[in-house]
Amino acid sequence: MPRVIVDVMPKPEILDPQGKAVHGALPRLGFDGILDVRQGKRFELEVSDADEATLAEVTEIAETLLSNPVIEDYVVRVEDSLDPPDGPTGQAES
Amino acid sequence: MKVGVVTFPGSLDDVDACRAVRLAGGEAVPLWHGDHDLKGVDAVILPGGFSYGDYLRCGAIARFAPVMTEVVSAAQGGLPVLGICNGFQILCESHLLPGALIRNDHRTFICRDQKLRVENNATAWTSALNVGDEIVIPLKNGEGGYVADADTLDRLEGEGRVVFRYLDVNPNGSLRDIAGIANERGNVVGLMPHPEHAVEELCGPGTDGLGLFTSALAVLAS
Repeated sequence: MPRVIVDVMPKPEILDPQGKAVHGALPRLGFDGILDVRQGKRFELEVSDADEATLAEVTEIAETLLSNPVIEDYVVRVEDSLDPPDGPTGQAES
Repeated sequence: MKVGVVTFPGSLDDVDACRAVRLAGGEAVPLWHGDHDLKGVDAVILPGGFSYGDYLRCGAIARFAPVMTEVVSAAQGGLPVLGICNGFQILCESHLLPGALIRNDHRTFICRDQKLRVENNATAWTSALNVGDEIVIPLKNGEGGYVADADTLDRLEGEGRVVFRYLDVNPNGSLRDIAGIANERGNVVGLMPHPEHAVEELCGPGTDGLGLFTSALAVLAS
């Protein structure tokens, strides 16, 4: 089943207090090399067919519900099935 | 005069808003988010709280509640609508008011008695107040930072649509100390502080909030 990804990020000029909080926590953990952090949202939409009409519909969903265009930007893309499923993830390997 | 107060799942201050309407001399009519019916009310209040758990963005899902279709259409026709806190967020998400509310710049929830200056008394909800009045009403929010692009802010200022401004301290990072705004026609007003919590001497910082409710009733009566 194809999956369409919608990434929503606060516009660059909009203050992002959550990103700032995350950024502020990093030096306390010993991570000193990160210059800035912005926090956004990722939506994964399962669709039966990632055709042009579906993408147009998802774009409308992104515009009307998933993002608020006053404060956020969004990007719609089809998840690449060729993305390697392994590689660095949140799961630690035992 | 009948003033409808909408209850969404997660609304907190609907009962206080109803009480404020009654203390101001009006009849409070509970409205339900799932209804397509405003029950013939003369004005509508969108109360504070956490509609739909603030999921996605504050007010983002409430905007699409069935009752909002009626509220938006009636507001565009001139019905007085007041959005308090979460209600203000819903009005912005509904595009009845410009701009948006984002997380407080200091990243903590704030609850305080807040001094405001009345900047516009030509709206349906401020006619009983005077420009320059300083009022104190409770403020309690986690996402109350008012933002809009510079053109929008200039337009709001130029058209006198900033209705309330924070005094002494800017509690949440709102641009230009904006606490409340109105639409062009002045029938739709949104503000972050809670006038419905300042309507009786017994509790709260005083009765400065009552004027918003008596304003609407006076406008409707005239």
